[in-house]
Amino acid sequence: MINFQYSRANNVADAVRQIAAHPNARFIAGGTNLIDLMKEEVERPSRLIDITHLPLKGVEETAEGGLRIGALVPNSDLAYHPLVAQRYPVLASAILAGASAQLRNMASTGGNLLQRTRCSYFYDTATPCNKRTPGSGCSALTGLNRMHAILGAGDACIATHPSDMCVALAALEAKVHVAGPKGERSIAFADFHRLPGDTPERDTNLGADEIITAIELPAEGFAKNHTYLKIRDRLSYAFALVSVAAALEVDGDTIKEARLALGGVAHKPWRDLRVEASMRGRPAKRETFMQAADELLRDAKGRAHNAFKIELARRAIVRALTQAAHGTPQSQACKKIR
Amino acid sequence: MAQTRAAQPVRQTIPAPNKISLSLTVNGVESKLELAPWTTLLDALRDHLDLTGTKKGCDHGQCGACTVLVDGRRINSCLTLAVMKDGATITTIEGLAKDGALHPLQQAFIDHDAFQCGYCTSGQICSAAGLIAEGKAKTPEEIRELMSGNICRCGAYPNIVAAIQQAMERS
Repeated sequence: MINFQYSRANNVADAVRQIAAHPNARFIAGGTNLIDLMKEEVERPSRLIDITHLPLKGVEETAEGGLRIGALVPNSDLAYHPLVAQRYPVLASAILAGASAQLRNMASTGGNLLQRTRCSYFYDTATPCNKRTPGSGCSALTGLNRMHAILGAGDACIATHPSDMCVALAALEAKVHVAGPKGERSIAFADFHRLPGDTPERDTNLGADEIITAIELPAEGFAKNHTYLKIRDRLSYAFALVSVAAALEVDGDTIKEARLALGGVAHKPWRDLRVEASMRGRPAKRETFMQAADELLRDAKGRAHNAFKIELARRAIVRALTQAAHGTPQSQACKKIR
Repeated sequence: MAQTRAAQPVRQTIPAPNKISLSLTVNGVESKLELAPWTTLLDALRDHLDLTGTKKGCDHGQCGACTVLVDGRRINSCLTLAVMKDGATITTIEGLAKDGALHPLQQAFIDHDAFQCGYCTSGQICSAAGLIAEGKAKTPEEIRELMSGNICRCGAYPNIVAAIQQAMERS
C-alpha cells in the first residue's frame, strides 16, 4: 500500500467538493475491496475521503410503494431488513449468497455496485491488463480464463462483474441515485454498469466526480415467484461461475411478467429484454424455460477454459425459472439444488 | 505466447501526512493512538496495542483469522483502517474471558477439541460470538454457512460447529 492522505466528508456536498479538488482521491466506505486493491497496489489513491459519516444509512418507503436504500446501508443490514426480506426476497437471497458474514457487515450498498472484477490478471500488476493499464493487453484471453465472461465480452477484456447483489438489483430494475457537482441524477440499473468495449478501464457510467447516494427499488418485488441460484466451486464464500436471479409474475399457468438476470457471465449483470418479452403469455413450464435459455445464450462464446459455462448457464437458467415458477426459491443455507 | 510486461505508471511521491490522533476502546480500556492513515485496525491492535491474540493470516479478508467485534459486529480487521474506527468499541479474543472465567465459546472450543494448530481459533471464536449475537443461525447447516468466512486449514470444522452449538444452547 502506498502512502496516502486521509480526510473525512461531513455531508454529500462536502464529499463532492473534496473529490473535485483531489482527482486522484477515492471515496472509502466499507473498504472491503478498495483496501485489498490498495494492498496489491492495483489502486494507488493519493487520498482517501472517508464517507462513512454521511447520513446515507436509512431504508425508507417511497411514495411509489418502493424502497429507497441509503448508499451506506451495510449489506447484512439490507439482507435482513424486514421490508427487504418480505417484499424483495430475491435481493435478500442474492446478498446472502455473496462474500462472508464479516464482509457483509462491512460492505456498503453503494460500494457493492463499485467493486472491481476479481480477474486474477487485474490483481497481478506483473501482467498486462487493459482494465488496470489501458492498452497493455488482456492476459486472460490466452491465460487461465475459467472464471471469465461468455457474453458481451471483446478482445480488450473478458472480465466478469463479481457482485451477487447487483444481479438481483438488475432483475428488480432498481435505480441508482447519484450526486455530483451539477446536482443529482438517477441512472437506470441497466445503464449503470458498462460492457468492456474499447474502454474496459471504465466499469460504470458514474462520473469520476459523482457519488452514489441511494438505490431505489420499484414497488414490484416478485416476492411470490423468485429465486437466486448461484453455482460456484465451493458451497459458500466463492464467486459465481454462473448465477441466476429469476422473478416471475404468473397468472394460473401463464407468465405475465418475467425477469432474468445472470451473474458471473459478463462484465455487468446480464439481462436480455427480448428473451424476457418472449416469455410473456407463455406457459410457465420447462419448454418455455429451455427456449428462453437457448435464446439468451445464442451468442455466448466460450474461451479455452470457460466453455463449460455455456451449458452450466443453460441448466442454471432452466432450474432457476423452475424454482421461481414453483415458488420454491433456492435456500442460501441449505445448498441442495431442488 | 509473447506477452509484454505491463508498463507500470511512474509512482507518485505522496508526502507522508502527519499521524492522526484517534481513540479506541479495546476490551474496555480506552487508548489514545497516533497512527498513519494506512495502519489497519489489525496492525493497530497487534503492533501498537500489543494485543497479538488477533492473528494476521491472509491479510486480504479471505481467511477470517483477524476477525474482531467492532461495536458488537464481527468484521475483518485487516480490511479496516484504524482511523476510520475513531471512537469505536472493540472486542478481541483477549477481552472475552471475564474475571478469570473463560467465555462460554472458549470453554466449548476446549470441550470439543475444536482446533489443532490454533492459528485460526481467535478469529473463529470472535466470529462465533458475532454469529450468536446476530441470532440468524439455528441449525448446524446455518452455522456452517454463516461461519464460512473463517477458514481452518487443519480442518477442525465438525468440532468447531459442535462447539458453537454448545455455546449457543447455553447462551
